[in-house]
Amino acid sequence: MAFFGFAHGVHPPEEKGLTSGLPIRRMPYPEEIVLPLRQHAGKPAKLCVRVGDHVERGDPVGLADGYMSVPIHASAAGTISAIDLWPHPDGSYAQTVHIKVDKYAVQLPRPRLVPRWEGLTVDQVVKAVQDAGVVGLGGAAFPTHVKLAPPKDYKVHTLIINGAECEPYLTSDHRTMVEYPERVHFGCRVMMHTLGVSKAVIGVEKNKPDAIAALERTRPKDLDITILPLTVKYPQGAEKMLIHAVTGVEVPSGKLPVTVGVVVQNVGSLAAIAEVFDTGLPLIERIVTVTGHGLTRPANLIVPVGTKLKDLLAYCDGVTPDAREVINGGPMMGMAVSNLDAPVLKGTTGIVVLTSDEVRAEKIYPCIHCGRCLDACPVFLNPSWLGDLARVKRYQEMADHHLADCMLCGSCSYVCPSNIPLSQLFQASKAALRRVQTAGAA
Amino acid sequence: MTAPNLIVTASPHLKDRDTTPRIMWTVAASLVPVVLSSAFFFGISAILVILAAMLGALLTERALAKPGTLQDGSAMITGLLLGLSLPPGIPLWMAALGGVFGIGFGKVIWGGLGQNAFNPALIGRAFLQTAFPVAITTWPTPGGDFFALKGDLFAFPFMHPVSDVVTSATPLGLFKFEQKLTSVVDLVLGTTGGSVGETSALVILICGAYLAWKGYLNWRSPVSILLTVFVASQLLHWFNGKYPDGLFMVFSGGLMLGAVYMATDMVTVPTTNKGRWVFGVCTGLIVVIIRVFGGLPEGVMYAILIMNAFTPFINRATQPVVFGTRTLKEAK
Repeated sequence: MAFFGFAHGVHPPEEKGLTSGLPIRRMPYPEEIVLPLRQHAGKPAKLCVRVGDHVERGDPVGLADGYMSVPIHASAAGTISAIDLWPHPDGSYAQTVHIKVDKYAVQLPRPRLVPRWEGLTVDQVVKAVQDAGVVGLGGAAFPTHVKLAPPKDYKVHTLIINGAECEPYLTSDHRTMVEYPERVHFGCRVMMHTLGVSKAVIGVEKNKPDAIAALERTRPKDLDITILPLTVKYPQGAEKMLIHAVTGVEVPSGKLPVTVGVVVQNVGSLAAIAEVFDTGLPLIERIVTVTGHGLTRPANLIVPVGTKLKDLLAYCDGVTPDAREVINGGPMMGMAVSNLDAPVLKGTTGIVVLTSDEVRAEKIYPCIHCGRCLDACPVFLNPSWLGDLARVKRYQEMADHHLADCMLCGSCSYVCPSNIPLSQLFQASKAALRRVQTAGAA
Repeated sequence: MTAPNLIVTASPHLKDRDTTPRIMWTVAASLVPVVLSSAFFFGISAILVILAAMLGALLTERALAKPGTLQDGSAMITGLLLGLSLPPGIPLWMAALGGVFGIGFGKVIWGGLGQNAFNPALIGRAFLQTAFPVAITTWPTPGGDFFALKGDLFAFPFMHPVSDVVTSATPLGLFKFEQKLTSVVDLVLGTTGGSVGETSALVILICGAYLAWKGYLNWRSPVSILLTVFVASQLLHWFNGKYPDGLFMVFSGGLMLGAVYMATDMVTVPTTNKGRWVFGVCTGLIVVIIRVFGGLPEGVMYAILIMNAFTPFINRATQPVVFGTRTLKEAK
């Protein structure tokens, strides 16, 4: 079989077997829903409810604040009980709307909130997607409608759909493709129409043969959609790696994918678009993989956005005694959560509970320049050298050595035998550089 | 649900199981067959010399370096490699002193593991070569009784060593000073005079191949050194028959030990794969130049040390091409 992959990369243990065979189930509504107004890349939503208001499922609690923003909708019917600063999964506190969920409420979809897709103009589709609060469900939560309306100076020729799901443990995209392949294709149809492209490629890692088979079986005959099996490797699902694997083109350093004529969307986002136009409800729930060796009963769940992590973990019968770290997202790029009161967001792909055996050791050895990080880095940086520079705070020199091209995938930290937290150093260096640049501009 | 005792760390939260100590100890363990084969050829003397060099290295690391660095195993490797690079009849205090110097001036003074520019074992050996030129070039003949000492091993400092042991020149010395070739079969098996670990090229090659297969050794520098030495000396041999042929050059002297175990010391050779090729080719060329045209019969030690000095420059010149920079240039 042809090689559809990229050079370098790493092979962490996949651990997807915990949940890859489990059908998606719906989680019951918790007693309280907490909805942070900052859930997406761009500007946070603007609050539009008051304490004491009653909201139905799908009513907005926050409105889009400009073009680079999306609204936030109530994921359950109930009463606004408080509006305060509440723990956010990223470790900070954010303005959050609390909904006390109505007991015995029907929670059924009411008359459509999102118009039917048929007959809408391109601009109307983009507007409908924004109003439905759809963001990229792959983790970064970039507003989807922005990607649907790329700058007019570029001609988009291919839509690439990211079904790689290269993060260990996570299976939410996998299960979506297996159980809802029609939704993926329907979302693909909406996207292709809106972007005006005639060609779409769905990239799926070869370790998900059932997903590839399901997508092939349901592929619409009137559309040019290719399902491309990809090499199993981390980070195959990184945007630039995926584009390289599919088209053979390297996206120029520092440029957007649209400069080479492609737009990349996550499989989950497509299914969400399909669901939004299908049910008429905005994006208020998502599929989350709750898994890990530190969890009693791993599962793939449909979770209302705003469900507290502690309610989610409790629904999975809690954590085991040796649970040590709870990760929001995959274990390679996800963030450890310090407070289980933080909720599931639109961008939460999974919650992984790691045991004390799996978490990183504390002991750090000096860099012995073994060069493993060079062989791991998917964008061909020299992490060993950058790490040396970071420790002596020579940030400008790091920028000259293409620090900006680092996407913090963590491959270098993963392979480092000396356990040097390279990607953490790079994240801090990027932040330090931004501070320097802002100070310089002011 | 009880609240678990959670920690928060930066991503990635998973880590490959390999650690620096594990790499070091595996390399050290892979030297065991080499030590055994030298014990086979030189008897107890070989073991004593290696132990003395290790003792010097480990004690110095313990005394001068930060606490806890003994466990990472790198001082152990330095001692082992130094011991293997010495003649089996050298007085033990010299071997130990080499270990002290190698760790003290070759490593600790630079800032410890990962910071040194030159291979510590070779620094120790270079020091001994300069300080005791006679002792370090007295080569006992292999074979004989296992417990028979190969020289005045227990001589004290400043005592004139009394040696009535049978010595014989190394293959390279024989060639350099008497124009006599040793058969390649003897070289490969190791039944020739030489330093402790300079004997069986075959055993070293097998151990190195094992390490490369495990991913603990980057094959590029040894392969490029051996290829360069073979090709360059074979060309010279064809040009003029008085120069030794390629096979003889590859299998004689300390080349195998140096190429497999010293030119792969991650700390002191280039980090980039391209750089390792450059390092290997240049080291190979210097070896041939010293051996064929220089005053010394053997040049592996100096070749590697010289190239160690160039490592930062090679690193700078062989940086990987960052993803997307080529297309960015084309777009402009």
